[in-house]
Amino acid sequence: MTEAAVVRAHREEWARLVAVLTKRFGDLDVAEEAAAEAFATAVERWPVAGVPPNPGAWLTTTANRKAIDRLRRESRRDDKHGEALTVHDDDAPVGAIDDDRLRLVFTCCHPALAMDARVALTLRMVGGLTVPEVARAFLVAESAMGRRITRAKTKIKEARIPYRVPATEDLPARVSGVLAVLYLVFNEGYLATGPDTDPVRQDLTAEAIRLTRLIRELLPQDGEVTGLLASMLLTEARRPARVSATGELVTLAEQDRGAWNTDLIAEGHGLVRERLATGEPPGRYQLLAAINAVHTSARDIRDTDWSQILALYDHLARVDPSPIVALNRAVAVAELDGPEVALTIVDRLENTLSGYHAYHATRADLLRRLGRSGQSRAAYDRAIDLAGNTAETAHLTRRRDQLR
Amino acid sequence: MRYLVSVIDDRENPGSTDRRPAISEFNERLIAEGYWVFAGGLADTDTATVVDNRGEQVVFSDGPFVESKEYLAGVWVWEAPDLDVALKLATEASRICDRKIEVRPFR
Repeated sequence: MTEAAVVRAHREEWARLVAVLTKRFGDLDVAEEAAAEAFATAVERWPVAGVPPNPGAWLTTTANRKAIDRLRRESRRDDKHGEALTVHDDDAPVGAIDDDRLRLVFTCCHPALAMDARVALTLRMVGGLTVPEVARAFLVAESAMGRRITRAKTKIKEARIPYRVPATEDLPARVSGVLAVLYLVFNEGYLATGPDTDPVRQDLTAEAIRLTRLIRELLPQDGEVTGLLASMLLTEARRPARVSATGELVTLAEQDRGAWNTDLIAEGHGLVRERLATGEPPGRYQLLAAINAVHTSARDIRDTDWSQILALYDHLARVDPSPIVALNRAVAVAELDGPEVALTIVDRLENTLSGYHAYHATRADLLRRLGRSGQSRAAYDRAIDLAGNTAETAHLTRRRDQLR
Repeated sequence: MRYLVSVIDDRENPGSTDRRPAISEFNERLIAEGYWVFAGGLADTDTATVVDNRGEQVVFSDGPFVESKEYLAGVWVWEAPDLDVALKLATEASRICDRKIEVRPFR
């Protein structure tokens, strides 16, 4: 199956390829196009000539050649572009960890770029999502997303945003922006938005975890880095139980907990304990990790310590008073005080969250538990309209159709 | 890499007026460390004249920035290896000038 080989190579090699080419040619545009051309060539060539023994090396060689061809073409058209050929910035100061992909992340997450541009660029350049996929993840038009990514790349090039991991003394200031992006990349992987992609994109979750691990090596004492890593590991641990054999999303309550990854849970719990032992006040990611730790400590949904989860959400709502936190908190309230109380909280969020599928899905579930079938059905319909994830749509549709 | 570094003042919330000595000291440092190319403070926007000779007759008028809330109060040109270096200097410059700073690369 050469098609599967190309898909796997794309998953495994895209970010490395873009990073290596960016290092060599000092230009994100050149790197991205050459990488894309190399994969396009693989799609044509591999079915005929067979999959090369070392796909990564084949892709690197091919992409290098494509990049040089392109620069030659351009230098004939415009001598100034010839300079790009000489930007082998091998003497550039090396940051604390010399990882090409980590450099790429710090470049894409530079504070001089707007937050939405940072996430879009990271998903494209590091995550290997296509522009239409990134556009779908953000619910914006493809052309607008294309322009946003192009503008960001132009700014990196023309304002000369450096391609490197920042020096140790600059790291703490730079890292929070990177964590925010990696968190979004992980979430996009865990609940992928496209109709044509896997409902869970393990390539994205794995890359987000790998990069967060590298950042933790840089800043082992940073509580939020550790918290984010723990939170990702404890979420990833549940992945094997998350989608049913028929491709339907399985909620936390219904998951087969025997299928959870115990190694990841042990590692995540270890990190959460490590942070608790410091006695320092926890930030957003540490609280998310603690909530995940309580969930993954229960052998059965009925053993879940909901009062502890609610206490953690109360704390989180003070640190991060966002409507999404309030929505998730309401789910814990429903377990402790019943769906009626929770529904009152959820209904108050309508103004800010009415375009968000999880708002309607949560409402639908609460209304179902209250026996208000008609309203529940309407809320499921709305959630189904807004949900981009195929497994989630399947789950919501079954739930709606069970209503009488 | 050259950057145009603009000092932006705000009519409604102007920066303090006693920044000269601190700016001179900062300029000395920019020169010593090799970043300095050019610098200059600007007279008030009221003193600016706009020349438009695109039509049949030349027209002189006052500037488009006279009425605007924010306006350019002065500029530097810096030579810096990359944006991180320029932003670090601009962070200091904003404190020293007590004004906003725009950093923009030359093409």
